[in-house]
Amino acid sequence: MSGLRLTVDRLTHRYGTLTALRQVSLAAEPGRVMVLVGPSGCGKSTLLGLMGGLLAPSEGEVRCEGEVPDDCLNPMTYVFQDFALLPWRTVAGNVALVLEDRMPRPACAERVRAVLALTGLADFADALPKALSGGMRQRVGIARALAVRPACLLLDEPLSALDAQTRDLLLEEFAALIGRAGTTTVYVTHNLQEAVLLGQQIVVLSRRPGQVREILRLDRPLAGRSLADADLAETERRLWRMIRDDAAEAERERADAPA
Amino acid sequence: MRRLDGKVPFRGGGFSPSDHPAAAAATLCVAVALWQAGASAGLIPTLFLPAPVAIGRALWALTVSGELWGHLSASLFRLGVGWVVGTVFGIGMGLAVGLWSAFRSPGMALVSALFPIPKIALVPLFIIWFGIGEGAKIATVAFGVFFPTVIATAGGVDNVPRGLVRMGQSFGLSHGAIVRKIVLPAALPAILNGFRVTSSIAIVLLVAAEMIGAQKGIGAFVLAAGNLYDTDNLLAGIVVLSLLGLVVAWAIGRLERWLLGWRG
Repeated sequence: MSGLRLTVDRLTHRYGTLTALRQVSLAAEPGRVMVLVGPSGCGKSTLLGLMGGLLAPSEGEVRCEGEVPDDCLNPMTYVFQDFALLPWRTVAGNVALVLEDRMPRPACAERVRAVLALTGLADFADALPKALSGGMRQRVGIARALAVRPACLLLDEPLSALDAQTRDLLLEEFAALIGRAGTTTVYVTHNLQEAVLLGQQIVVLSRRPGQVREILRLDRPLAGRSLADADLAETERRLWRMIRDDAAEAERERADAPA
Repeated sequence: MRRLDGKVPFRGGGFSPSDHPAAAAATLCVAVALWQAGASAGLIPTLFLPAPVAIGRALWALTVSGELWGHLSASLFRLGVGWVVGTVFGIGMGLAVGLWSAFRSPGMALVSALFPIPKIALVPLFIIWFGIGEGAKIATVAFGVFFPTVIATAGGVDNVPRGLVRMGQSFGLSHGAIVRKIVLPAALPAILNGFRVTSSIAIVLLVAAEMIGAQKGIGAFVLAAGNLYDTDNLLAGIVVLSLLGLVVAWAIGRLERWLLGWRG
């Protein structure tokens, strides 16, 4: 299996006096998709930031190990919820952002062309992000991430800024793209349907301070998964029961807290 | 209880002013025509305020004699060099203040202490430092341009969306590449906005510096005409300065359209 193994070892993270995560340990396995779910404010995005090296942990460490292909330009690559596209660059320019300084121009152009074709953006290479819909912008975010041939993809609620129809359409494409890329993937979402359709390991975090409450395994391949499948529907219900109870308890705690 | 019965009134209008270049031109034409009419009718004494036609004649005479170009070229040289020097150093300092903690507090302390000083008051000092020649006038313009450029650039850098910087970091871009590919383009609207302010400041300071110690230049010409109560030529010089301001504003507008076309 290709990709990196990402090991989180007793990770604690604080924002000032607020503990966002406490003693979190888990491992994202090479070439598989780990989905992080949990109630709002449980530290999912914080955990992803720590795993990607964008945040420094207060305690504990994140380790990565594994072979990285020679053509990989950024082993651990993020896809952002708000797309994080450069509005002054065209679609092709955004995708080439990292490649242009590290590859000869013809090779860069060829890789950009291939990735745009893969993500259905070939006809929009010269368009500016403002001319694209939300779904198309996120495709550009995905294309930019795939262009660097990552060994590990870190996706922070990549579909949450999109409308329901676009999300459903893009979700199918995500499953196909992630399955084809075969990279280790860590996917943060609050949407449990996304979790069961994409996740091979689903990590449920408790309310703040976030701790690993349970890790579910779905060993079926991503291709062919459907929400109509009985096992996936049952997993989704189970996840919801866990998260709903936690979210309700967190709400109660907040209501009881002195003003 | 109150009964409503009728068409729902439209309440969403206004708060979206639009440009009408024809209205701008018409306003200027009407103002000049009224001015000329007042002067022709004897309502405005021409010693106090020469008629537009007299100013036009003076301007024409200055143009055909070559005198205008002699003054204008000297002014344009000082304006160009002073503005470029002040802008280059100002952008450099603004980036340093916006990007590095080591420069932030010391830089802003210096800017806060020196920006409010009227630069005209420093002209005699610049003459001592740089001599009576071009150096003092260029330094006056550069010094006046430097501080607002620092403020505009640092403000632009501060307002760069942090998410874009994090994106660059997440892709492993070097610090230099993040500055070049993300910070500078994102701060460019603020920097160009600063150009509008600094170009006007530069013209004001140029004229003041030329009035203190210059033989050539629009400022020196205006001062000489004023000393002689030659109000036709005085206002001809002022018209040239006004036109210079318009041309600079137009050029910056073109630059913005070219560099910031992506904003649409």
